[in-house]
Amino acid sequence: MLSIRNLHAEVEGKQILKGINLEINRGEIHAIMGPNGSGKSSLASVLAGRENYTVTQGEIIFEGQDLLEMAPEVRAREGIFLAFQYPVEIPGVSNITFLKTAVNEMRAYKGLPPMEARDFLKYTKEKQQLVSFDANLMNRSLNEGFSGGEKKRNEILQLAMLEPKLSILDETDSGLDIDALRIVSNGVNKLRNSDNAFVMITHYQRLLEYIVPDFVHVLYNGQIVKTGTKELALELEEKGYDWLKEAYHLKESV
Amino acid sequence: MTNEVTTPFYNYIVDGFPGFLDATPGNFLPLREEAFTRFKTLGLPTTKAEDWRYTNVQLFLKDPFTFSPVAGTVTETQLAPASIVGLDAYRVVLVNGHFQENLSTLPAIKGVTIEPLAAAATRPLVQEHLGQHIHLQDQPFAALNTALFTGGLFIEVAANVIVDKPIYLLNVYTTTHKNAFIQPRNLWIIHTNAALEIVESVLDLSDNGIVLVNGVTETIVKENAEFSHYNLQMAAKDGRYIHYTATEQEQYSRYHHFNFTLPAASFTRNNLSVALHGNYTESNMLGLYVANDAQHVDNHTFVDHLRPNCNSNELYKGVLLDSAKAVFTGRIHVNQIAQKTNAFQQNSNLLLSDKADINSQPQLEIYADDVKCSHGFTVGQFNQEALFYLRSRGIGEEAARNMLVGAFAYDITDQVKIPAVQDYIISHIEESIVIN
Repeated sequence: MLSIRNLHAEVEGKQILKGINLEINRGEIHAIMGPNGSGKSSLASVLAGRENYTVTQGEIIFEGQDLLEMAPEVRAREGIFLAFQYPVEIPGVSNITFLKTAVNEMRAYKGLPPMEARDFLKYTKEKQQLVSFDANLMNRSLNEGFSGGEKKRNEILQLAMLEPKLSILDETDSGLDIDALRIVSNGVNKLRNSDNAFVMITHYQRLLEYIVPDFVHVLYNGQIVKTGTKELALELEEKGYDWLKEAYHLKESV
Repeated sequence: MTNEVTTPFYNYIVDGFPGFLDATPGNFLPLREEAFTRFKTLGLPTTKAEDWRYTNVQLFLKDPFTFSPVAGTVTETQLAPASIVGLDAYRVVLVNGHFQENLSTLPAIKGVTIEPLAAAATRPLVQEHLGQHIHLQDQPFAALNTALFTGGLFIEVAANVIVDKPIYLLNVYTTTHKNAFIQPRNLWIIHTNAALEIVESVLDLSDNGIVLVNGVTETIVKENAEFSHYNLQMAAKDGRYIHYTATEQEQYSRYHHFNFTLPAASFTRNNLSVALHGNYTESNMLGLYVANDAQHVDNHTFVDHLRPNCNSNELYKGVLLDSAKAVFTGRIHVNQIAQKTNAFQQNSNLLLSDKADINSQPQLEIYADDVKCSHGFTVGQFNQEALFYLRSRGIGEEAARNMLVGAFAYDITDQVKIPAVQDYIISHIEESIVIN
């Protein structure tokens, strides 16, 4: 589904990603871990098309197409979804209007007519229940005054409604209490199937107890320095990152 | 101050005055002559005048204009572009300021008078109020209108009468192969405990000619009366509009003035002057200007707190595209005896082009010590993170920008209490935001 090859990217002239290689197939869940500043969120930003990032080398192929050639909205319509680490508050745009616009833009891209009002309501209600999203928040301004947990749940609600092929969850677990974490994880587990894939960026092993990954990658200094299975996450929880940093620098100096 | 600048337009008016003046007895002749003397003394303003510092009105008076008091013929079909879908309202149509009975649907309610100002001239109430609520001494255009107005509307709502539906007042302008100078004059009086809503709009049907409109509306909102005025300025390209709105409020009255200036008239200057003559009044002045191309929009507001315990709340927001230019002046005067005044003012702008320009100046003069007054000014561009967020959900760039402009305008549009008018404005805002 997604092939990242030798990806180098910089932001404001600073090299952040220094040769990322990653293959993601449908049905897989990948976890990306790593210390602060290793480039995890930058990778998510590059995939979603955030404009202040410049790709200097390498390529990203998504479903056979050059992802880097696409505008952010085209990537979304092709099936890329980024759950934001810090969802944006937009006063004056209601949550429901936003969702309706997004859903209908996706449909238009697929050559489908806008959803009928009644069908849309039914669809929204169904997805709302999936992530236990408070119906009272639907008519409020997008994310405005939402708690941290409500914002993250809103991200998962959008994910549920847009049905992307590849979802990137950027520290969706940060700022969530155990109950909210369970709700969000349950949502993701219900949404995963053999056709879609997930990339979870996280600092903590905790999330991976709820959403079990097929692969765990450790990102350090703009590169994937180790790949393993879910056991790697447990090892990191126990030993921290220092052993990997040392091994990396040892290799660098050779 | 004597007029040092004589322009062809000024000379045309001054030389033509004896012929333009309708000297019919009872046609406010002393008032007109006095106002004309005042106009000649003031002259047409240049950018040296404080009130016109950022608006060079001379640029918009360069073309030759013909003093045009006569109404052209307009048919129902021609009014279609100005219809507001779903608006349940009475309708009053003025063509070049002149009342069109055949195109109007008036309320058949006892206590509501709507007639041409000229027809109402002999009424003692009109004689008492006309020209008494504007600052002729420093307003050359209002003075010029007072001297030579033709057409316009007298509206009176008697005490305790609540007008059940809004009045849609449509100002139609016509010209044929000539530029027309049109000066309508309105006087509206809402008596004690009465309530009225007016939705005012403009339709420029000019054929090969530019319209220059210099209008004046004087309104008196009596004790405990409520008046809502929605002024929709979405006239055709090239049109030039100068309007002076003077409102006087008596005690416990409530006044809601909405001003929407949208494309495409090339020049708009609105003077809004609200004088609070009674205690415990409420005044809401909300403005939204969306300007594109080379439009120039100037809003000049003045709130005069003359009595204690009054609340005034002013919010003007602007979205400027292309090489559009806007000016906002917000003057608040709090008289020494106007204790317990609450006066708020905010002007916020979204500049969506490098060539767009905003000049904003609050002018607060506070002579009372127990008051709450504030003012603020902001100017910004699109929030890039918000734009990216919307696009990352598949919403195209143009639609995303539209959503953000709609969100910016929401503080104003949300307060429009007539749903059909609200929808109409929102859809016009969307049409205006085409970013090149």
